Amino acid sequence: MTLTKFTSAIAGGVALGAILAGSAFADPALIYDGGGKFDKSFNESAYNGAEMYKKETGNSYSDLEITGDAQREQAIRQFATKGFSPIIIPGFSWATALTTVAPDFPDTHFVIIDSVVDLPNVRSVVFKEQEGSYLVGILAAMKSESGKIGVVPAFNFDLLEAFACGYKEGAKSVNPDIDVLETYVGAGFEAFNDPGKATEVTKSQLDQGVDVVFQVAGGAGAGVLQAASDAGKYGIGVDSNQNYLHPGHVLTSMVKRVDVAAYNAMMDELNGTWSAGTVVLGLAEEGVGAAFDDNNADLITPEMKAAVDDATAKIISGDIVVHDYREDKACPV
Amino acid sequence: MSLVGINKSFGPVRANRDIDLSVQRGTVHGIVGENGAGKSTLMSILYGFYTADSGTIHVSGKQVSITDSRHALALGIGMVHQHFMLVDNFSVIENVVLGAEDSALLGPTLSKAREQLKQLAKDYGLEVDPDALIEDLSVGQQQRVEILKALYRGADILILDEPTGVLTPAEADHLFRILKTLRDEGKTIILITHKLREIMAITDEVSVMRQGTMVKTLQTAETSPEELAELMVGRRVLLEVDKKPASPGKVMLEVENLVVTDDFGIPRVKNISFQVRAGEIVGVAGVAGNGQSELLEAISGMRDQTLGSVKVNGESISAFGDDGAARLRDAGLAHVPEDRLREGLVTTLLEWENSILGYHNSYGTGLGLDVGKAKAEAAERIEKFDIRPANTALKTANFSGGNQQKIVLAREMERNPDVLIVGQPTRGVDIGAIEFIHKQIIAMRDAGKAILLVSVELDEIRSLSDRILVLFDGEIVGEADPATADEGTLGLLMAGVHESTTPKNEAETEARLPEHVTPIEKTLTEMSPRVEKDNSQ
Amino acid sequence: MSTRVPLPRWVDVALLPVLNVMLAFLIGGIVVMLVGQNPLDAVGIMIYGAFGYGSGFGYTLYYTTDFIFAGLAVSVAYQAGLFNIGPEGQAYVAGLGVILVALALNGLPWLITVPAMIVAGGLFGAAWAFIPGYLQAKRGSHIVITTILFNFIAVSMMGYIISKHLKPVGVNSDESAPIDAVSRVPQLNVFWDLFKHSPVNISFILALLALVGVYWLVWRTKFGFAMRVLGQNPTAARYAGISNSRMIMITMALAGALAGMVAVNNVGGVQGRLILNFVSGAGFVGVAVAFMGKGHPFGVALSALLFGALYQGGQELAFSMPGITREMIVTIQALVILFTGAMGDMLRPPLERVFFKPPNPSSAEGG
Repeated sequence: MTLTKFTSAIAGGVALGAILAGSAFADPALIYDGGGKFDKSFNESAYNGAEMYKKETGNSYSDLEITGDAQREQAIRQFATKGFSPIIIPGFSWATALTTVAPDFPDTHFVIIDSVVDLPNVRSVVFKEQEGSYLVGILAAMKSESGKIGVVPAFNFDLLEAFACGYKEGAKSVNPDIDVLETYVGAGFEAFNDPGKATEVTKSQLDQGVDVVFQVAGGAGAGVLQAASDAGKYGIGVDSNQNYLHPGHVLTSMVKRVDVAAYNAMMDELNGTWSAGTVVLGLAEEGVGAAFDDNNADLITPEMKAAVDDATAKIISGDIVVHDYREDKACPV
Repeated sequence: MSLVGINKSFGPVRANRDIDLSVQRGTVHGIVGENGAGKSTLMSILYGFYTADSGTIHVSGKQVSITDSRHALALGIGMVHQHFMLVDNFSVIENVVLGAEDSALLGPTLSKAREQLKQLAKDYGLEVDPDALIEDLSVGQQQRVEILKALYRGADILILDEPTGVLTPAEADHLFRILKTLRDEGKTIILITHKLREIMAITDEVSVMRQGTMVKTLQTAETSPEELAELMVGRRVLLEVDKKPASPGKVMLEVENLVVTDDFGIPRVKNISFQVRAGEIVGVAGVAGNGQSELLEAISGMRDQTLGSVKVNGESISAFGDDGAARLRDAGLAHVPEDRLREGLVTTLLEWENSILGYHNSYGTGLGLDVGKAKAEAAERIEKFDIRPANTALKTANFSGGNQQKIVLAREMERNPDVLIVGQPTRGVDIGAIEFIHKQIIAMRDAGKAILLVSVELDEIRSLSDRILVLFDGEIVGEADPATADEGTLGLLMAGVHESTTPKNEAETEARLPEHVTPIEKTLTEMSPRVEKDNSQ
Repeated sequence: MSTRVPLPRWVDVALLPVLNVMLAFLIGGIVVMLVGQNPLDAVGIMIYGAFGYGSGFGYTLYYTTDFIFAGLAVSVAYQAGLFNIGPEGQAYVAGLGVILVALALNGLPWLITVPAMIVAGGLFGAAWAFIPGYLQAKRGSHIVITTILFNFIAVSMMGYIISKHLKPVGVNSDESAPIDAVSRVPQLNVFWDLFKHSPVNISFILALLALVGVYWLVWRTKFGFAMRVLGQNPTAARYAGISNSRMIMITMALAGALAGMVAVNNVGGVQGRLILNFVSGAGFVGVAVAFMGKGHPFGVALSALLFGALYQGGQELAFSMPGITREMIVTIQALVILFTGAMGDMLRPPLERVFFKPPNPSSAEGG
């Protein structure tokens, strides 16, 4: 490459940067958490919400994947500087960075999912994961023939324990004697990206007689479902509806409507109805639930469906209160 | 066979320049030259390892181009390398057919080879048990296998590269008898060596190489070692060492009941005791591999002693641990190691850095290294020892073997040690430098230092030493006075034949057990439950 | 005879690496082209992102800081012939030392806390590297294997410590309590507005000092001399009375201490708290940096800057070019590592032909 081409390339870059900095898009932006855009789970769910918005309105949005913690603040700041709003950041790991950056951009709207950041320009969306997990727990216990079911969280972590605890409660409500095995994929966040390890862990559970496994491991969960399917047993998906991944072998999915949260934030901004504050999405708000579709229709008996409907009604009415692990860091069952 | 106008360069280095060489059929043709004269390069071209940049090769009058060793073999050229290319855990016959199998099935090849080996053994006196494993054979026998390999493949021209370096005098004589038989049977032998004695003994013609060029080809009968040495070096060389009688003083180095094992726990030095006095040179003679290396390493702190003690200047020094060498140096023991490239130098470092190796802690106070002082002293030594090129900032790898050895000698001698132990001082060193190194060693002796000299060159031991200890299988089997001992006596001692254990066929030697078991011998027996192999025959 | 033809020094240390990087970019450019983007624009964006504006340049220097420390941690060990693949784990464990000291002294001015964090991070990193060193020196366990395994052990151990012991009540993500702003390693933007909103901090100055310090240590001290002898020829080291086992343990501890400075940069400076997996691969990049820099501090400085620029430029590219995904940027970075490290000598033979010098008639070599 000659020097002149190099210089022009630099000039081009500078010019491009200037154009981007100079123009004021009011487009929304989405920054994915560590697991990455196409994790078939949490992040992908947010992406699906944004795509839904794009399809319905014809408006565009920007998104970005990060490669390290140091980039969190940088990425938020880049989008805010260039006028994007709302900026949607799914994942509790964003809390600290958002707390730092949001006050610098009082006119920009931010949406954080899975964590609460109490600032006037931030909407915090949290879910009652335990409620949805309770429902899939019921299904797992009813499906199990061995009396042993499993749950595979990415690692020992409060949010994931909330899933696991709700699942156990739901299962025990059907069969108090049921054995629920809990095995972690790894020890830290990188476990979310380790489907190979997740497969191994799941195989070990299956070897011990487990015949339904609930994955709470984001991107790594694909490995859990794969292992269950390969063994002719059942997996349960998480976050997104994953029933389609191995039709006939994914019993159901504990959907967490991150897509709805993202979509709503974008639509609210467009309609001028954006609001700050904390939004809690549970069964009543249809923010969580068990997924039923063509892919798992053959696996769900009418009794199972009825049990889920019954529990749903009782949770919404308050007759059943599902314990939230995060409140006391303990699970009653 | 002839070579015409051969040129070969490695980058800027011209290893062969316009070489012409013709070898008559049915003769033994010697090629001599100092290290780096281009002998091995030339032979590698002939054998197809390298391709010449220019020039032609003619075999039996026809011009050929040799691109690889298979091709060379097809033309009847075989080579016996300095380092044998044998598979240790294969039998002799398997090694012989390796790479020359007739078919995928080994059976027919092996039975054919067995017949042929029998014939070859009969024709040329190359007796080797075809079913013995290579690792069980002596070095001399392994060499015979290499020759058999070449002959089996139909070689008419046999190239031998420094074949006697690893042999006892008796084994060398055996080899020469074989070579003579081969010649008489019409084979052509090319012998590469730097030992003029061998050239005189066996060759019909001799070609001398110097600095990549072919200086001269002579009829061996019409020349003398002095003339050859002069042609090799380019000036007159004094082959004899001139020295005054020794006047030994007090004991400076005392080794008592030393036992040393190798990396596999096999004892290599077995209960050795001796003394070296100030002002004398004690030579240790022996065929390579009989414990010399381990002896030197243990005395200098490079290898842990299993048992025994080493006293320097009357003081017992613990050489145990990986910094034992430093303690021995502090006690006044300097060491010129056998293998300068592997042990004595770090060739990737600069000259001045190697000039302080082992003594670096005495340059500068505190953490810092006094680079200025180190360079200044290195420059002084370069001057004093005539090290070329005179550049302290040159990478040590870029010095020739002789100059590298001078760097080591200068470093060890200039610290004014009480005891100097020297291993193979002139290995791979050209004749001019040998003369200088010998003079320096004598000068050290005359300055009242105690010197222990280990060398596989018997001539060197005989001309330098005031006393000779002969090492065989880890034991001192005899002491000789260089003035009176002849080569035959020493050779027998080196081969393990001495009065107290009068010979003996191999079986008897192997079965020999000590009659009086001392505690140390008992320990040794326990350490090596299997009977030591006898490598001398 | 396989001796290589020596290339002119400038070709070896400058031209060859530059050509390698350009080759990597050429192939990276093809990747960019395949996804329908203009590679020249991409290069422009990367250069602009890395050097074109204050905060971008600040990020570049922030990454460079990490890579210098990790690169030196590999280089120092390499000088002694040790292949330290463990800076990742060493830096991670050092983070524990940094946060423990910082939280203990929380609220005190940085002039007090920062030296304490440097010492604690250094000690913890050194300790974590010392163990493989000890195992190599005394038990013969191969350092490559042990340092790799110690990375895994560090991940599990730190994960446990952070989530079970250091995490304050009411915090969701796995991280320690934060360090007060006054006690953190000050960011350079406090002194220099150019680096506004960028994480580069005083650790960068520390990194520059470390480069000089390592140079001094390796080439101007007795210890460094012994280290190089050991690294180039262990047999000669034994011959010289240099204690192999002692050198291995000290050198590894030193390497670990250098890796530990990555924690000072991140835990003490940028994040101001101990986050799970905060090293995020910087330790592994250090291996590439050290190799590209041929283990020399000057080379480490340049290659660390190159990788810093690649990281920050890559982020800019991901942000500015929607078609370019995170994976593609990792691909380009990997290409640079591949061409400068693993295949660094690929262009050597053609260069040797170009720079061939006519033979010197007085020198000959054979044998």
